[in-house]
Amino acid sequence: MTKLEVRHVTFAYENTNIIEDISLKLNENELVCLLGVSGSGKTTLFNVISGLQKPDSGSVLLNGNDITEKPGNVSYMLQKDLLLPYRTIEDNVALPLIIKGVKKREAREKASEHFADFGLEGTQKRFPSELSGGMRQRAALLRTYMFSGEVALLDEPFSALDALTKHDIHSWYLDVMSRIKLSTLFITHDIDEAILLSDRIYLLNGKPGRITDEIIIERPGGSRENFNLTGEFLEYKRKILSKL
Amino acid sequence: MKKKLQSTISKLALPAGAVVAALVIWQLVCSAGLVPSFLLPSPIDVGKAFVTDFSLLFSHSCVTLLETFIGLVLGIALGFVLALLMDRFRLLYKMLYPLIVITQTVPTVAIAPLLVLWFGYEMVPKVILIVIIVFFPIAVNLLDGYRSADNDTINLLRSMGASKTQILRYVKLPSALGHFFAGLKIAVSYAVVGAVISEWLGGFKGLGVYMTRVKKAYSFDKMFAVIFLISALSLILMWLVKILEKKFMPWKYRNNQKSI
Repeated sequence: MTKLEVRHVTFAYENTNIIEDISLKLNENELVCLLGVSGSGKTTLFNVISGLQKPDSGSVLLNGNDITEKPGNVSYMLQKDLLLPYRTIEDNVALPLIIKGVKKREAREKASEHFADFGLEGTQKRFPSELSGGMRQRAALLRTYMFSGEVALLDEPFSALDALTKHDIHSWYLDVMSRIKLSTLFITHDIDEAILLSDRIYLLNGKPGRITDEIIIERPGGSRENFNLTGEFLEYKRKILSKL
Repeated sequence: MKKKLQSTISKLALPAGAVVAALVIWQLVCSAGLVPSFLLPSPIDVGKAFVTDFSLLFSHSCVTLLETFIGLVLGIALGFVLALLMDRFRLLYKMLYPLIVITQTVPTVAIAPLLVLWFGYEMVPKVILIVIIVFFPIAVNLLDGYRSADNDTINLLRSMGASKTQILRYVKLPSALGHFFAGLKIAVSYAVVGAVISEWLGGFKGLGVYMTRVKKAYSFDKMFAVIFLISALSLILMWLVKILEKKFMPWKYRNNQKSI
């Protein structure tokens, strides 16, 4: 079932098209990646999907309803973790609910149900500055999830982490994903990360940015374990490199 | 532990030592008779004057502090509302900002007598003067603070469907708190001085009134006593601001141990 659909979106800034005629689909429980060189308009596309910016043409649909230029429908995690330094982790995570009008105490309770799932036990009363980068990223992901358990847009969610932490958080994220039902569209410029995590990859190319290819990733036995050491993985990588 | 002790010593003991040394030199100069005692009373004389006039000083301090307090509250409220409106309405910002700066170039000593003529010798002109002095650092610091709020964070909240009021409450206000307290620290010390100045220029009670009286009587020991008292009051108020700051901004003062 299609959760999110982007139809022929074009966005221009000062009369120059940044992205042109972008169409894509995100199905339920799918993990789809937008892969492209920097400057191909990935973040602009996310700003349009999240409703922050108005496209010059085209539309965005969530469950078949038009959400173009209507913020507050899909979760959006921007590049940095953007945890508010003056709120405790618990209050950071509960913020999306509070903004929706849920009472503070109730919002905290709802948020606290997920702390264990996200590996954040014991951090409720801490401030973000007291947490490591990986933990902050988890908290930011939980906050994104608290906003809407349906569709999440993640803009380079793991780019600020070092390689080892990244590896940990990849397997952790996939584990969480399998437990919570979340359809995710994420941006990366890391080809390995894209092949490892995604069910499908859209390649975004050129100026203005257009979707040039769609690649479906099939893993032998459906397992991601050591997938990045297989020949198939390299084959995908070669294919993508030739098209970027 | 040793390091902590050392930092406490350098933080407290060194400045305290300097103050004591200055007092000792001053006392020696007076005792040696280098300066006639009616021109410069010795610290001990000042201390004695403080003790004999304590009840009088206390009742005058109460008046001055009350004026300061009312002026501060009103000034902060005015600065706060003004900053809110100016942040929300760009036009208002453009109109009022230069005006606010101009009000600060008008010397307080020059408007104080006018205020006395307009509003009499009671508390009103003093409070008005303090409000004029206080609202500026509050408004300007808050405005800077609102502007310092991170744009990405604001976008994040917008993507959650937050209203302008919610963005103000959850992002802009907390981001401006540090600026606000910096402004408040300046505001409280100015407010005390402002109260004293306006009392000089006309009034029935207050430290400024006491000051003009003892000056006319050439009681320099009492004069010094009240000067020290005013400094002490300003310091106490600034210290209170510091305590408030710690209470309202716990994240700034929490030890950043990255244990998790």
